[in-house]
Amino acid sequence: MRCSVTLDAPADYGGWRRAARDLLGAGIRPEEVSWHTPGDAPELFAGTAPPAARPAALSVPRDFLELAELAVRHSDGERFALLYSLLWDGRRDPGLLRNPAEARMVRLHAMARAVRRDAHKMHAFVRFREIDTPEGERSVAWFEPEHHIVEAEAGFFQRRFAALRWSILTPRRCAHWDGEALGFTDGARRADAPAGDAAEDLWRTYFASIFNPARLKPDAMRAEMPKKYWKNLPEARIIPELMQGAEGRLRAMLGQEAKPPARRQKPGRDAG
Amino acid sequence: MELRAKLALLADAAKYDASCASSGSEKRDSTQGGLGSTEGMGICHAYAPDGRCISLLKLLLTNACIFDCAYCINRATSNIRRARFTVDEVVRLTLAFYRRNYIEGLFLSSGIIRSADYTMEQLIRVARTLREQHGFLGYIHLKTIPDAAPELLAEAGRWADRLSINVELPQIASLKELAPEKDLPAIHGAMGELSTHIADAKEARRTAGRAAPPRFAPAGQSTQMIIGADNSTDGQILGTSDGLYKQFRLRRVYYSAYSPIPDASAALPPQPPPLLREHRLYQADWLLRFYDFTTEEILSGGEDGMLDLEADPKLAWALKHRDDFPLDLNKAPREALLRVPGLGARNVDRILEARRHSRVKLADLARLRVPLRKVAPFLVAPDHRPPPGQIDATGLRQKLLNPSAFAAAQPAQLSLAL
Ligand code: SF4
Repeated sequence: MRCSVTLDAPADYGGWRRAARDLLGAGIRPEEVSWHTPGDAPELFAGTAPPAARPAALSVPRDFLELAELAVRHSDGERFALLYSLLWDGRRDPGLLRNPAEARMVRLHAMARAVRRDAHKMHAFVRFREIDTPEGERSVAWFEPEHHIVEAEAGFFQRRFAALRWSILTPRRCAHWDGEALGFTDGARRADAPAGDAAEDLWRTYFASIFNPARLKPDAMRAEMPKKYWKNLPEARIIPELMQGAEGRLRAMLGQEAKPPARRQKPGRDAG
Repeated sequence: MELRAKLALLADAAKYDASCASSGSEKRDSTQGGLGSTEGMGICHAYAPDGRCISLLKLLLTNACIFDCAYCINRATSNIRRARFTVDEVVRLTLAFYRRNYIEGLFLSSGIIRSADYTMEQLIRVARTLREQHGFLGYIHLKTIPDAAPELLAEAGRWADRLSINVELPQIASLKELAPEKDLPAIHGAMGELSTHIADAKEARRTAGRAAPPRFAPAGQSTQMIIGADNSTDGQILGTSDGLYKQFRLRRVYYSAYSPIPDASAALPPQPPPLLREHRLYQADWLLRFYDFTTEEILSGGEDGMLDLEADPKLAWALKHRDDFPLDLNKAPREALLRVPGLGARNVDRILEARRHSRVKLADLARLRVPLRKVAPFLVAPDHRPPPGQIDATGLRQKLLNPSAFAAAQPAQLSLAL
């Protein structure tokens, strides 16, 4: 029997858990289930809804559920099927879900890691631009996450910026905070976000000044701040310039001959 | 001078301080008012082309200084333009950057002007204004002036997440020569005082129940040493670090390869030390703190008190202790696995977990993204037995030092996989 499960949202963890319990209870094998989320093409929705059965009690390690909760946010279309197949096999082989070296578990760990990294990069690389609106100031950011993380990560920005009113716009989902409640709307376009902010010039000045041209290591930079993020980072615009200038600036320093000491500042005189 | 020019000058002067950490403080957020949060994990909001993390707005309040430390661009006799921020300017910049999510907070340092107390008071005023007038809950790191009055150190700890005093040079003789106004006993005295305050506040927190205990630099204290400005060996540097960790419970010692500065003093080497040396020191420091290595063990991997520049310190140690290998991947205890080159602590724990379910093979390690080429000579597994004699072969070292893998192993900042 082929079953088709349609979840409420791309990262619908609760829905996946409920469906998995029903499917396990009805003894439906992983290869008989197809998993869908609202955005999928309709022709994929072959199969019937899972039969009503007594849901199976899920007794699985806590760690596994934590991993699962992260992994459902991954953009990999097979995420729900992978998780269900692990649950299925985990019933006969309870050690499986604890074994970090088993091939499917390795994949699950990798997915969870990718989601965590994406979330971390979102905390780091969202850049708000402030605009005046009839209701007052609003901070608006445009960001392009790789996975379905906007709803899960909105809380981070709420806790940090509870005093502001803000929106984070992304292609698939947008989060808004009005000072009292979080709200979510469908995806937006880059053009919907403000194009600049007066503070960005100062920020670029800082970025250029804190960089040490004697230690050029662009690979290390790109490993942590991959190029795909650059287009939405106001400071990234000046990176090529900084790298070109670096060699010359360093040579100027090294070539500089030691000068006789300048007249010593008088203690007590502040520089202004 | 306009704000932007000051920012350029006073950020430029601050960049020789390697620390940009914003992790390990208490948890707090703005849901009950205020602006900002710290949730334990540090966040790097950007990376500069030097590969370093930008987490904090790192500034000097002023680059004027009455001291004359030879390695420092701000020394009294340096021919540079001087500038000074007002308290309000630093506060406004911090808030403007923080609200736009550019930074985790502020790292404020300063040249010494008028007196230690006066300078410390200025730094404290910035932190106090941010906290009290603006309800700022982001991270604050204040540089501490060792000779400042004890009340000032105590107040600094109330507002700051982290405090730091740089020891700068690992030997008292070099300090005398290069930073004659700096006073090592005073530095140690201040570090000791901070360490007591930090421990007391922690203890008070643990026992205080619901009442809000006094806070004091919940992210602890750190320091920095400049590498290559004097003739100290790696052994002397690591010995100093080890002593500081033990004596003052420092969170971190930062190593900063002496960087050529414009208008350098004639007392300094004209060339910078290799950045690799700095990297090896960070790796060695890591072994000291998290892998139960002693300084002597680490140095036994190198020659004459210097670390091996070609091999990371764990590999260098293993190559000189080949009798301890190969180890049985399925039987060796945790302490022994931690010493296998290429096995990091997290993977060791995963291996121990996997061992409870089935015999662990070398192929399983590949899936954990362990560098197989590196670990293979040191391990025996059901699917792997190193060729007889390989561990003792003279060519092993060369084989393991693949120059291209080497370049790739240059650090981002401190995410060191050993
Ligand atoms: S005290 Fe020494 S290291 Fe610090 S700013 Fe002054 S000259 Fe530089």
